[in-house]
Amino acid sequence: MNGRRFNWPLWVGVLLTVFAAFSYPFIFIWYPVTRDFPWVNLLLFAVAIVFLFLGVRRGFARDRAHPTRSKILTSLVGGFSVLIIALFLFSYFVFARWLPPSKGAPQVGQKVPEFTLPDSNGRQVSLNELLTTPIEGKAPKGVLLIFYRGYW
Amino acid sequence: MAISVDSPEASRNLMQQAGYTFSFLSDQKTEVIRRYDLVHAGAGENGGDIARPAEFLVDRTGTVRWINLTENYFVRARPEDVLNKVNLLQ
Repeated sequence: MNGRRFNWPLWVGVLLTVFAAFSYPFIFIWYPVTRDFPWVNLLLFAVAIVFLFLGVRRGFARDRAHPTRSKILTSLVGGFSVLIIALFLFSYFVFARWLPPSKGAPQVGQKVPEFTLPDSNGRQVSLNELLTTPIEGKAPKGVLLIFYRGYW
Repeated sequence: MAISVDSPEASRNLMQQAGYTFSFLSDQKTEVIRRYDLVHAGAGENGGDIARPAEFLVDRTGTVRWINLTENYFVRARPEDVLNKVNLLQ
């Protein structure tokens, strides 16, 4: 009886679930091999689900000292874990794909529109200038334009 | 050449913190981002418009040689792939 009191698989499950979710933005996003597809996090979720399954089964077992309390606690912890997993899957597989179609963006072989924008020192920089100003005495081969979301 | 809606001051801070030496251009009114059809409406802080992630390799004639428009903003071009494309430029 004593060994059945503390539902350790349930708590291991929820801790692992939280770690699996938060390790993506804090750890695995920094490495392309774990960022482009969150396979480490999905693996961690899979292990967490096994523990959660065992924990829920244990929490709902008939031989609990306080069956009602155990069922409520198990349901809350289990529900919380499922919510975390669902939020992660939604964030990565649905929300992150809500990007504009950008059908009017320049295509390969097309000329890009000219522009002039201020750099980080407030100096106005034009695309034409970037394409023609020599670098170390040589004509530039081209320019790589990287549009990014900002707010870093 | 990195382009975003960040202010020149924000870009300067980012460059100092991250040690970037290439240029950062500010398009706070999303004029150029709009011209390139890259506006991600309402996706910024406080619901402002920002650029979706996108990379264009432009040759010296101003012609696009390579594009990367990601379908998932967690997925970005890898530096080694981009360098390979850059090395193909004449």
